[in-house]
Amino acid sequence: MPALTRLRALARGASTLAMAALLALGAALNAQDIVEGFEDPELDARYRNLIHEIRCMKCQNQSIAESPIDQAADIRRQVRVLMVDGLSDAEIRAYLAERYGDFINYRPPFKPSTWLLWSAPVILLASGAFVFARVLRERMGQPLDEDID
Amino acid sequence: MWRYAIPAVLLLVLGAFFYRGLYLNPTVVESPLIGKPAPEFTLPDLENPEGTVGTEDIAGRYALLNVWATWCVECRHEHDFLLSLAESGMPIYGLNWKDERAAALEWLDVLGDPYVASAVDEIGDVAIDYGVYGAPETFLIGPDLTILAKHIGPLSTPIWEARFAPLIESHHGAR
Amino acid sequence: MIPELGQFALILACCLAICQAALPLAGAQTGRRDWMVMARSAATGQFVFVALAYSVLTYAFVVDDFSVRFVALHSNSDLPLGYKIAAVWGGHEGSLLLWSLMLALWTLAVAAASRSQPLEFASRVLGVLGIVSAGVLLFTLLTSNPFDRLLPPAFDGNDLNPLLQDPAMVAHPPMLYVGYVGMAVPFAFAVAALLTGKLDRNWARWTRPWTVGAWIFLTVGIALGSWWAYYELGWGGWWFWDPVENASFMPWLMGTALIHSLAVTERRGIFKSWTVLLAIAAFTLSLLGTFLVRSGVLISVHSFASDPQRGLFILMLLLLISGGSLVLYAFRAHNLEAEGGFRLVSRESFVLANNILLVIACGLILFGTLYPLFHDAMGAGNLSVGEPFFNAVFLVPMLPLVFLLGLGMHAAWQKMNPKTLIGRLRWLGVAALLIAVAFPLIAYGSTGVMTVVGVTAGVWVTLSSLLEPVSRWLDSRAVRLTRAQWGMFIAHLGVGLFIIGASVTSAFTIETDRAVRVGETWEIAGFDIEFRGLREVEGPNFIADEGEFELRRDGEFIATLRPQKRIYRVQTEPMTEAAIDGRMARDVFVALGEPLGDGAWSVRVQYKPMIRFIWFGCVIMALGGLLAATDRRYREPVRERAEVKARVGETAKQGSH
Repeated sequence: MPALTRLRALARGASTLAMAALLALGAALNAQDIVEGFEDPELDARYRNLIHEIRCMKCQNQSIAESPIDQAADIRRQVRVLMVDGLSDAEIRAYLAERYGDFINYRPPFKPSTWLLWSAPVILLASGAFVFARVLRERMGQPLDEDID
Repeated sequence: MWRYAIPAVLLLVLGAFFYRGLYLNPTVVESPLIGKPAPEFTLPDLENPEGTVGTEDIAGRYALLNVWATWCVECRHEHDFLLSLAESGMPIYGLNWKDERAAALEWLDVLGDPYVASAVDEIGDVAIDYGVYGAPETFLIGPDLTILAKHIGPLSTPIWEARFAPLIESHHGAR
Repeated sequence: MIPELGQFALILACCLAICQAALPLAGAQTGRRDWMVMARSAATGQFVFVALAYSVLTYAFVVDDFSVRFVALHSNSDLPLGYKIAAVWGGHEGSLLLWSLMLALWTLAVAAASRSQPLEFASRVLGVLGIVSAGVLLFTLLTSNPFDRLLPPAFDGNDLNPLLQDPAMVAHPPMLYVGYVGMAVPFAFAVAALLTGKLDRNWARWTRPWTVGAWIFLTVGIALGSWWAYYELGWGGWWFWDPVENASFMPWLMGTALIHSLAVTERRGIFKSWTVLLAIAAFTLSLLGTFLVRSGVLISVHSFASDPQRGLFILMLLLLISGGSLVLYAFRAHNLEAEGGFRLVSRESFVLANNILLVIACGLILFGTLYPLFHDAMGAGNLSVGEPFFNAVFLVPMLPLVFLLGLGMHAAWQKMNPKTLIGRLRWLGVAALLIAVAFPLIAYGSTGVMTVVGVTAGVWVTLSSLLEPVSRWLDSRAVRLTRAQWGMFIAHLGVGLFIIGASVTSAFTIETDRAVRVGETWEIAGFDIEFRGLREVEGPNFIADEGEFELRRDGEFIATLRPQKRIYRVQTEPMTEAAIDGRMARDVFVALGEPLGDGAWSVRVQYKPMIRFIWFGCVIMALGGLLAATDRRYREPVRERAEVKARVGETAKQGSH
């Protein structure tokens, strides 16, 4: 039995404590390895994209795709089950949000409290265009420099 | 000319949010299930493999659903409190999450059993329905199976007195 | 005994920093020369004592002094020496000391270069830097003392976080800090200008090389962090929009805008209030980054242990320093307004558009990063804002910017005939589009709208950057480019290469996860991978399972890859060390997963085409910056314009003989 397996049994028993310690020390949890998939390449690609958008609830800012912990593996399994059941990406996100809250989705939902967030690009772009036009108009009315180094 | 003051004002607003943010804890996530009916489940009974434990059994009174496991270190910390709570008459149901039956039974044998009954969620599907992401977690469930509160982390006297006990009283009084 | 010396040195440094702040500023205000000249000596003294304190802390690590709490938390007797030295910045207190050291170094450099500046102005610059130094040192002494003792001493240390035991992780924080902290210099220049009430083209000429210098380090620091995340975290990503990553990217964006704005101020004497505001914003974002990492306000993989008390102190520091400067700006900025016309098609116009778009990009990132905090503070609950949001919105200002970038490089100052501009570049644009359509299809067998858009953008910028250098090289009679112009074209070339790399790798990455046994071979992207064997290896402070994989193509051997699954003796979480066969054209990336029992292991293999262009592009950007910052005009002492013109006139007259 590889040395690794022996130590892993020990590590498993202390996993929660180690997790708490790592969290306290601000460590990035290591990226992991079992990201199970589908045979069908299109479904697999969709699965991989989706799991990168779902948050690992116990980690310090990692998706379930990257997280090594068991709980992330559970959610990944659930996502695969739901995909097999035919749910769309949006439906899967809603399913998880119903149970874990909006926090679990890295893609913020569209709802009144997030309209400002999603409309920020357009608002800022419009403001930027306005500022540009104003500054330009002012400068176009000013004389050019005669001599320039 | 007043437009030159805009950046300073923006910083001030930001500062106010940061100040507020210092005293919020972003890692404590509220459960969306509070105020909603507890997800139904029927799982094998830990102590009696032939029997089942489920939402049917919990209904009818105020009860706790406590998610625990032998591999969970913090569960050990709240265990004594749960025992005293059970002794004072509060019904506590256990959800044994992703654990081994033999180890779980031994744990209860050695440390004491505060649970009316423990349901065995070996795969973790029921836990997902309840939005569980780390043991220990405890749900306060009302007589009509509405989830009244959820606490993440070990339960203790101050938390019980600050959150759970007042909720039972006010909920009971309102009915 | 020795750690206490370090603490004492810090106290002295703090006192000197306060002197460096108070005396020169008061002196400049009241005209007292004897106070103003104190600035340089105070700055030198501060540096000496900060360096001393830093050396003491390093010494404590090197000799395994586990009676110092910080050392006990972040080191271990088995830790290799190089990592013991690096562990100084492996935690909050030590990294703060590094911050102070970098600031002291920059201050020293500014002090040395300040001889050519008017005393009043130079004293103000050093005074402002002194305020920042004093603030950080006070914070360190009062809330984050690295020399706190642990009594009784630990028997052995907690070991450095295994993720930090890596060469790139060793280089990344210092580089980043030099950049972050370096933004304090243009900030100090800007505030000094506001205090003096005067900001002219000379000021821009002084400020620009410092800004570019800090920007170079920031570019390299961010690139190192990205590269490290890629090969260390084991799943092939290179940017995660983590709050702390964003916190380093935002000063970079503002720094970029600042450099361009300084170019216009230096040339035309306009955009002065923009420049000052950008300088304040860049450093404010640096301080903000410091706040975010250490306060616990946001969740991040990078967070140091959070503490509301520390957070409050940094917040106060931020509001005082940035808020103070912005209030000063509110009162004094209108004095900076200057006349200077330009037309729609002109270099100034392009810079204006460029800066507005950069500010929008920075604003969007800031908004997205902080939104969970806003949402929670307003009582609406917890929210996550991650990759899906940032990837989508970042393109909104960036696509137009990249397109304009290719044009703006060739625009003339003040005004230009649009037909001339388009005429020069139209075939380049067409070429970029054709290449972008053809290349993905030919090289990778497929394409898509976003892929074509991305590759077009990258090739467009690349070709546009190469136009001048290549055409002048081909025409032997053409005037040679100045070093600054070379710098500009090369830096933009780096941007183009970066965009190509990012687009191609996003579109054509292939990931596979397989359960394999020793002896099995499987295929990915035209390569064959064989699992040759597994063995146990031992490192200085870890043991590992090491897999041996052979990479082949068409039967020909390419490389042997040995990924590891490590368990460090002290911090027992398993860690993946990926093995990478890296070329400019592609990386093949192998990582061990879990043993699945029965001799099988899950193995992740990834094919990442052109991913090295991302970091190579960043290096080229930094190189361009280096060239631009060391242009002759910055290394010569400042002369009066009249004097220069007279001299030029003389030479012209002589030359015509």
